Parts: sequence; C-alpha cells; structure tokens
Amino acid sequence: MPDLSVDLCGLKMANPTILASGILGISRASLALAVRGGAGAVTTKSISVEPRKGHPAPIIITYSGGMLNSVGYSNPGIDNVADEFADVRDVGAPVIGSLTGRDEEDYAILAEKAGRLGFDALEIVLSCPHTPGYGTMAGLSTPEITERITRRVKAATSRPVFVKLSPNVMALTELAKAAEAGGANAITAVNTAGPGMIIDIKSRRPILGGRIGGLSGDALRPIAVRCVFEIYEAVKIPIIGTGGVSTGEHAAEMLLAGATAVGIGTAVHDRGADVFRKVAEELSALMEAEGLRSIHEMRGGAHEA
Amino acid sequence: MKHELPVTARIARVILEAEGIRSVILPVRTEVRPGQFAMLWLPGVDAKPVGISYHTPETVGFTVSAVGPWSERICALREGDLLGFLGPYGNGFTLRGRRIIVIGGGYGAASLLLLAEEALRSGLEITMVIGARTERRLLYRRRAADLGLPAVFATDDGSFGVAGRTSDVLERILVEQSVDTVYACGPEMMEKKVAEICAAAGVASQISLERHMKCGFGVCGACCVDRSGARVCVEGPVFSGEEALRIEEFGCYHRDGSAAKHFF
Repeated sequence: MPDLSVDLCGLKMANPTILASGILGISRASLALAVRGGAGAVTTKSISVEPRKGHPAPIIITYSGGMLNSVGYSNPGIDNVADEFADVRDVGAPVIGSLTGRDEEDYAILAEKAGRLGFDALEIVLSCPHTPGYGTMAGLSTPEITERITRRVKAATSRPVFVKLSPNVMALTELAKAAEAGGANAITAVNTAGPGMIIDIKSRRPILGGRIGGLSGDALRPIAVRCVFEIYEAVKIPIIGTGGVSTGEHAAEMLLAGATAVGIGTAVHDRGADVFRKVAEELSALMEAEGLRSIHEMRGGAHEA
Repeated sequence: MKHELPVTARIARVILEAEGIRSVILPVRTEVRPGQFAMLWLPGVDAKPVGISYHTPETVGFTVSAVGPWSERICALREGDLLGFLGPYGNGFTLRGRRIIVIGGGYGAASLLLLAEEALRSGLEITMVIGARTERRLLYRRRAADLGLPAVFATDDGSFGVAGRTSDVLERILVEQSVDTVYACGPEMMEKKVAEICAAAGVASQISLERHMKCGFGVCGACCVDRSGARVCVEGPVFSGEEALRIEEFGCYHRDGSAAKHFF
C-alpha cells in the first residue's frame, strides 16, 4: 500500500484530501461528516467578525461545467463560534479555521480570537469573487495588502497560516510571493473563478439569489492546476491545490503540478460526502500501478528538474 | 448527472386550503416520492424548502403557509404567475406494513398527503390524523373527503373534531388497535412526542424533520444535525423514530440562516 500520509505545516493528515472551505463546515457536526467521509483534514466555512445570514437562495446551482455558488459567507460570527467549535479537536482530523474579513483590522481581530479556539491552522481568504466588501471585491487581492494582512495575522496567532488566493489575478505569483514574505506557512490555490451568472429565460432573472457566483468544478480545474504549477515555481512554502478535484487522477494532477495537499469541495455534490475516501483510494491504486510508495515522489513531478 | 437548476412555469391553479395557507399547482412533469420536498423559487427573490403535497403525471404542487415575507408573497400569487423549483430532493417515506397511521400537525400535513394517497392506492389500512390550532387553520378537510381517506381531525381549541393534540389521538388509537407504522410531520415538539410514544409502544415510526436549508442537495451544510452531521436534505428529511431520537438537537434546537442556534 502506498503511503498517502502528509505532514502539512505540522498538520498530520492520513491522506492529502482536505474539505475545502465553503462546502459543509458550518458546524462541528458537518465537519465530522466529511471526516467520516475520509477527509485528511477539514476546513470550516469562513468565519467573519459579525454574524452574516448570507445571500438569498438559490445559493448554489450546477450546470454542465461545474457549480456556481453565491453563499455570501453565512456564519454566526467569530464571537458565536467558540461554543460550536469548542470540542472541534476531537473531530478526527486536523481542522483549519477559515477567516474572512473586510480589511486588515477585521483579520487582526479574527486571527486573535480564532487563535484561541481549537483550530490546527488558520486560512485567510483574500479572494472571494462575489461578496461585496470582501475578497477581490474589496480590493484585497493586491501584493501589498496580501503581505500586510498576512503579517498582521501571523503576529496575532501562533498557528500556521494559509493564504487562499484568487485565480482571477494575472500577477498570481506576485501575490504568492507577497504571502510568503508576510510569513504565510502555505498557499491555498485557488478560490472560485468568475464570478459567473446563469439566467432563467422564462422569468428573465439571474437564478442565484446573489445574482453572481463563484465558479468551481470541472471548468475551474485546468485553471487551478495552472495556478498551482506557477505558484510552485515562485515560492518555497507548501501549496494546497484546490479547484475541480473529484477523482484520484485529478488529485494526482494537482500533486504533479506541485501541491502538497488537495482541497475538495464541489465534488461533494457529484460523488457524495465520502468523496474524500474515494479520491484517496483512487490515488492509492494509481500510485500502486505506477510503482510509487509515497506521494512525496509525485509532488512537483510536472516540473523540469 | 442532473443539474441543480430551477424549472420555472406559470401557476396552473391556486387552492385556498385554510386561513393563510394556499397550494400552488405547476404544470411540470417530474418524478416524486411521497415525503420529498423542493426548493420553491420565487424568481429574483428567494427559494425555500417546501414539502410536495400534490402530484399527478402532468403536475406538481406545494402547500405554503404565510408565516413571513417570502411565504406571504407566495400566497399572494395567482394563476398564470411564474414560479420555479429545484428538486425534488430528500429521501421520502417508505411504506411498511398493512396498518398505518399518518399524523400531520399544522402545515406538516402537506408532506404526508402523497403518502396517504399511495397507501390508499396500495390498499393499506390507513388512518390520517390532522391537527391544527383551530378550525380555520385545519388543512385538507375537503381533500380527505374527496380521496375517501379515513381521517380524524383535532384542534387545540376544540373548534372542530377532537379537542386536544394529535399525539393524544395517537395514544388512544395505539391502545385500541395494532399498528405497523406511524408517520408524522409537524411542529417538532409534536414529532418528538410521536417518536417517544411509538418507541414506548414498540411501533415503528418515520418522522419528517424541518431544518433551515440553503441548497437542498447536501452541499452547503446548513441542515446538518448534531452530532452526526446527517444532512436533513439528503439523508433526510425522513428519519426513523429511533434515528430521530438519536439526533441530539431533535426537539431541542435548530439553526437559522447564519447557523446560530434557536431553542424550541
């Protein structure tokens, strides 16, 4: 049996799959569901300073190319999650707390408060494409702001910090370098692309309650693989390759592009909440067929020596 | 793979069921299992989970109680207005045994009507118990009569039928006759009472749970129950009485759109 275990910045994972932020993850129980489904680690839905109800429904729709989501960061706010995630450490896998803020001050508050909860690492989301006041819509996807916010968060917590980047930015490697310079322990690449829109032709209305939504799934995967490939050549810190992974082959592609771990979200829809186990088993079979003993032998394999 | 996109159509019929409760019938062909729900979409406004209460090969219908801004707008729609839905979603009920009791409290009765119809078609012995606060809010009196459905009505204030709770009616029936399966949908405290009565009497039960839902198909996590994380929209909304009683939050609390807890 090939060894699928991964040490991601001290997070001991049985396999490289991670429940990506935004799918399930709203409560301890929903994280437990993904762990039972085989996830090597899990990420919470993003937590903001204030409680947020999110956008009206539909918040998620799917089409032939993948999924559009316009969840709008629904969450009870950082001051109300302590109770929810009080015993999150016994969920059965490392837990990454995802944080989303409007500005540097928000992130400093979030990191300080989340650092006291039971999360094994914190992920900061500078890249949501569809929520006014957050992510790319708040102009957080510039190298200067990325470095400054990363530095503030690092100063406020002793936990490893992952920075989640947008695929919509042309100077992506500059952002990754800025995060690394700010002290980030890893890069999560990538957030959803777009945003996109689907219109109901009978009612002549955009279907998503938030009208526009981040694009994930099959359509995103080649973009995500390219982003991981470029970031791998630009920085030394590990990368969590996220975007359209739903099979062991896709996971292998991400690892070859340079990822250390692989985020999975949209595939929960296509293959169920146990997609993590399926992907890990497929990856294991694929490695066995290739005569590989450890996934370290795959990482970055698509780059010329 | 079926894509999660709404089907939109012009309303073929609006039925005034009771005070503040209406059904809307859409001319859309779709497969439905009794106990399933759909995300009913008012284009450009919002979508919410609603039990499917009417179904023919050519139509599908939903019963909505006007309890807030969204449902008030649904109840104000007229024939010819556009309405959409995503789904049907959820597991639905499973008919088991020869002699069943079907208990609906308030608008919960809506999720049970298709089950009652199927039981009648299958020749099962069925008693339907329909409860409401008061006569004006009582659902499906005419429809039960049209279907030839043996029904017992109960109102909290005694204004129609039995004075008292549907769970009291259930306890009396269980004393008098042997029953294979009890089905229930309604206010959660009533559901918990039904599950407990059935567990004590050694009778199988199936309970349909209501939780805040955002996507309806198992991705967003809004309806995951403590502590198993079971998704009410995928693993539910129907749970066996034993499963329901193992759900820590059953009859205790539920979560709102921001995932904050509210106690019953």
